[in-house]
Amino acid sequence: MTDLPGYPSRRSFLKASAAGVALSGLAASASAEEKTPPVPLDQYERQYLNAEEWAFIMAATARLIPSEGDGPGAIEARVPVFIDLQLAGDYGTADDWYMEGPHDPTAEPARGWQTPLNPAEVYRQAIPTFNSWCETTYSKSFADLDTAQQDEALTALQKGQAVLAPELRDFFTILLANTKEGYFADPQYGGNHGMQSWVYIGFPGARAAFREWPERHNIKYPLGPVSISGERA
Amino acid sequence: MARQDKKRDVVIVGLGWTGSIAGIELAQEGLDILALERGHDQNTVPNFEYPQQIDELKYGVRLKMMQKPSHQTVTVRRSGDETALPYRSLGSFLPGNGVGGAGTHWNGLNWRPQPEELRLRSHVRENWGEQIIPEGMNLLDYPVTYDEMEPFYTRFEKVAGISGKAGNLNGVIQEGGNPFEGWRSEDYPMPPLPTTWDSTKFQEACTAAGLHPFHAPAGIASTAYVNPYGMQMGPCNFCGFCERFGCYQYSKSSPQTAILDALKRMPNFEYRTESEVLRVELAADGKTATGVTYWDEKAGEEVFQPADIVILSSYQLNNVHLMLLSGLGEAYDPLTGEGTLGKNYAYQMNGGVTLFFEDDNFNPFVGHGANGVCIDDFSVNQNDFGALGFIGGSYWRSGTFNGQPIRSMPLPKGTPGWGAGWKEGIGKWYGHAMSIGSHGSHMSYANNHLDLDPTYTDRHGRPLMRMTFNWQDNDLRMNQYMKSQMEPLAASMNPTSMQSGFKDVGAQYDVRPYQTTHNTGGHIMSETPAEGAVNKFSQTWKAHNVFAMGAGNFVQNTQYNPTGMVGGLAYHTVHAIRTQYLSNPRPLV
Repeated sequence: MTDLPGYPSRRSFLKASAAGVALSGLAASASAEEKTPPVPLDQYERQYLNAEEWAFIMAATARLIPSEGDGPGAIEARVPVFIDLQLAGDYGTADDWYMEGPHDPTAEPARGWQTPLNPAEVYRQAIPTFNSWCETTYSKSFADLDTAQQDEALTALQKGQAVLAPELRDFFTILLANTKEGYFADPQYGGNHGMQSWVYIGFPGARAAFREWPERHNIKYPLGPVSISGERA
Repeated sequence: MARQDKKRDVVIVGLGWTGSIAGIELAQEGLDILALERGHDQNTVPNFEYPQQIDELKYGVRLKMMQKPSHQTVTVRRSGDETALPYRSLGSFLPGNGVGGAGTHWNGLNWRPQPEELRLRSHVRENWGEQIIPEGMNLLDYPVTYDEMEPFYTRFEKVAGISGKAGNLNGVIQEGGNPFEGWRSEDYPMPPLPTTWDSTKFQEACTAAGLHPFHAPAGIASTAYVNPYGMQMGPCNFCGFCERFGCYQYSKSSPQTAILDALKRMPNFEYRTESEVLRVELAADGKTATGVTYWDEKAGEEVFQPADIVILSSYQLNNVHLMLLSGLGEAYDPLTGEGTLGKNYAYQMNGGVTLFFEDDNFNPFVGHGANGVCIDDFSVNQNDFGALGFIGGSYWRSGTFNGQPIRSMPLPKGTPGWGAGWKEGIGKWYGHAMSIGSHGSHMSYANNHLDLDPTYTDRHGRPLMRMTFNWQDNDLRMNQYMKSQMEPLAASMNPTSMQSGFKDVGAQYDVRPYQTTHNTGGHIMSETPAEGAVNKFSQTWKAHNVFAMGAGNFVQNTQYNPTGMVGGLAYHTVHAIRTQYLSNPRPLV
């Protein structure tokens, strides 16, 4: 990727920032960091998920955003790492949410989040329940099904045919939402590895400076993405 | 025992737009002023700096600039027959948090209501008769007129730094502006911003259809600008991170960019953060306030802060909550129509069409919150309510404002929500869709009101406020009319495909998807104490030294984003305090 002539690019700003960091004798530049391959997913040290949950998340996200076809899948984007870190953090524990009782988890969905469980607890309870449903239906846990069966089981989960307790009924909704978040969020959160989802759709990430572009009508923006930490792709 | 601090001339509750306006205008009178802010301190530097602010997950999805429901929230029910349940995680609306409030994370759309919207009951009566007003609709006139408000709208637009083009200068219609707006004494402080590809296509379609397109009035700087307080703005670079974000480059109008640094330099002004006001304290005779009691988070104790004047300038919902808890009026009873606090809670009725063009590149990340082109051809003062069967109207707009992919990924109907088909869809369609939005009025109804919840309490042990709210047929019919008019216009643009999203009659309020943070009413303005909570100067009928500012004053919601009206009313109020109240404190009406 080249910057446009005469365009004071985000990249030159980032280069200047990286130089500043180097002068202060701190860590190596962002582009050097980018060359260090991340720890393989099977060696990743989980922060929240247990082994059964990890196997489920690996298998389920791989069907929600599969690897085949153009663009990265959830596995290449390292979405499972993102989900693990989110559940270990203040999203998982619903720190910002009003969680006082009484709770009415049977209230109709339009009333919003009404389970007494936080998202991390929903994952913890829903995964074994759904695996049991898969055992009953297919005699295998979800991760061991073939991909067609996995798609069928996830569809049943989405449609409420694989019945979960009311306290867990938003599980598929948050699983899908968290998977897409991990696919598209800045790489600092563990997913969107190498910004490949941004490259795939043509989103320039944290560039956030388009002074000449409003009136460049119907011309595709040519520059690849940058991340908050200054990676380029 | 609460700590008691030294008495102040003025205590301000909440340091957003209206609190900042009250602060700087009253500080110019030499008054000793203390502002109490529930949230944290924040400013462009260091809080909104590049690149940390360009983080869709943190701010756009995890909502880290917003009020935390664990600190403050409401309960919601759709009718008096339902049990209200807490709004536990944010969805439908997003009250702000911290210095600057919602004025920090807004989109920047800055409108004046149409003159007819401020006298809507009279407008209906004069043209069609009161018999067209549906049962249960509390349709009211504002106790202020457009002509009275005009200088204060102008003042706010200069302070906030608004970009646009006048359509009506002193009664003379201006080419390229909005011909259906109320008169302006002066043009906008800055010219309009450039026009993106989607809004250009929309503009051309409108012109071909004989409609009257104009640039959206934007609280986004189009040029370098210095406002009346000496605050400087720089031109917007269309970074695409307005809504839910602080602006990193002093381009979006906000209390931070327009007022606060000038205010903080004044020696007679002080502000304290993490200081949540728990109640307004009334004198024994109940006719004035003696000050406020607040929770000082850093000291971990309650503080009684005496003051001669109390300005309530927190978010609309929180103002009403505080007034209910403090007895600053009687709670509204929808069955008898008596009482005023919590009355006429209203919202906004929005819809839209998404258009897909497989061969067009819209670069949806190039934009800002108030980008684009609008029409007012279907607005309140253009609609024949009698013939159409509803009271209201909307403005339409097209313009990229946020191409962030977690939240902004429109896909043609039939595209799967996950799996290989979804992945193929995002690759094919991202950047090839545009939208036209209808932003519509919302009337007030007996059913839609605010009171205290009988069950749930906040972290201080106070009852949460309870919202009783559902969509009403009048506004839903308005929405369906907009659909019937917008779809043919969209089709005239020859998209590859298009799809509509307009709520229809029978729709139930769903707290989950984001809709709008235009919550209005609950401490409405009125001609008499029987009808509302405050008079035309936002002075509470209950206690003459308490002023309640903001969108809580709206008797019903207009078709526009509320900030222009909120800012205008704030200047109208502080002008009355400066010129009429300080010399002789008393009820001004």
